[in-house]
Amino acid sequence: MALSASHLKVGDSHSETVVENLTRTQIVQYAGASGDYNPIHTDEMYTTKAAGYPSVFAHGMLTMGLTGKMLTNYVGDGRLTKFGVRFTNQVWPGDTLVATATVTAIENGVVALDVATTNQDSKEVVRGSAEARIDP
Amino acid sequence: MGTITFPVEASHIMMFARAVGDTNPVYHDAQAASKTEAGGIIAPPTFGQAVAQFDPDYHLRPKPGQAWFGSGKTPSGLDKAPSAGGLHAEQHFEYHRPLRPGDVLTVEMKQGRTWEKESKRAGKLTFRERIAEYRDQSGELVLTARGVGVTTERPVDQG
Repeated sequence: MALSASHLKVGDSHSETVVENLTRTQIVQYAGASGDYNPIHTDEMYTTKAAGYPSVFAHGMLTMGLTGKMLTNYVGDGRLTKFGVRFTNQVWPGDTLVATATVTAIENGVVALDVATTNQDSKEVVRGSAEARIDP
Repeated sequence: MGTITFPVEASHIMMFARAVGDTNPVYHDAQAASKTEAGGIIAPPTFGQAVAQFDPDYHLRPKPGQAWFGSGKTPSGLDKAPSAGGLHAEQHFEYHRPLRPGDVLTVEMKQGRTWEKESKRAGKLTFRERIAEYRDQSGELVLTARGVGVTTERPVDQG
């Protein structure tokens, strides 16, 4: 279901919990599907002993993909025209993420959205924006 | 930086959607997808990143006969592990139309800008921009991606 301009106003928002208690196995799934096998995402021994991080952590693109799920659920299938983010904090196994889209403009059949994803400590992990085609 | 041929396949889209926990049938059920506005299976919005699978030289995939920097008997398979390594700082997509199974994309990668910044949490940061243009079998631009990678002087402080 696509959004309709006649039912939207600036400031409207949509939130979803896009992952609860992120597992190392889901990070492995993402490595396999995306082809990004950087061991900092899946190899605890390398990451803690050679790279100097407290544990493996999620690919930024996994967090963007999780955030994208919230967006497509909101704007409808195949409606996105733009989606961009900055990765502001790392995402760790065990994290629970909530992704939110907030309407910032509606014009010429396009909705502009502010996009933010936060973890269970209300720390922002992704910040960005998106645009999608909407119905009249 | 070269050109990569990226065949878009239904099973790959299904696995990618599973990995991001997206159960939307438009990504795995051809019959259900045919009844949606999309008219058939499409790829989720970040799927373009999986072009890495088709880059023969992709540096983040282990290759037979070559040392790999991840762990085996020891924490790293290289004598000297790469410093803090690269992280992903930004990613931006522009969608001209959805990617669909059967598309054979030609992806042209171009190096963009490079810049530096000082950070309290990770020392000197070097940012590198990369632009990828995805064209379909008829030469039409279907997706534009702009990524920014960052190399840190030391691991990011978690404080």
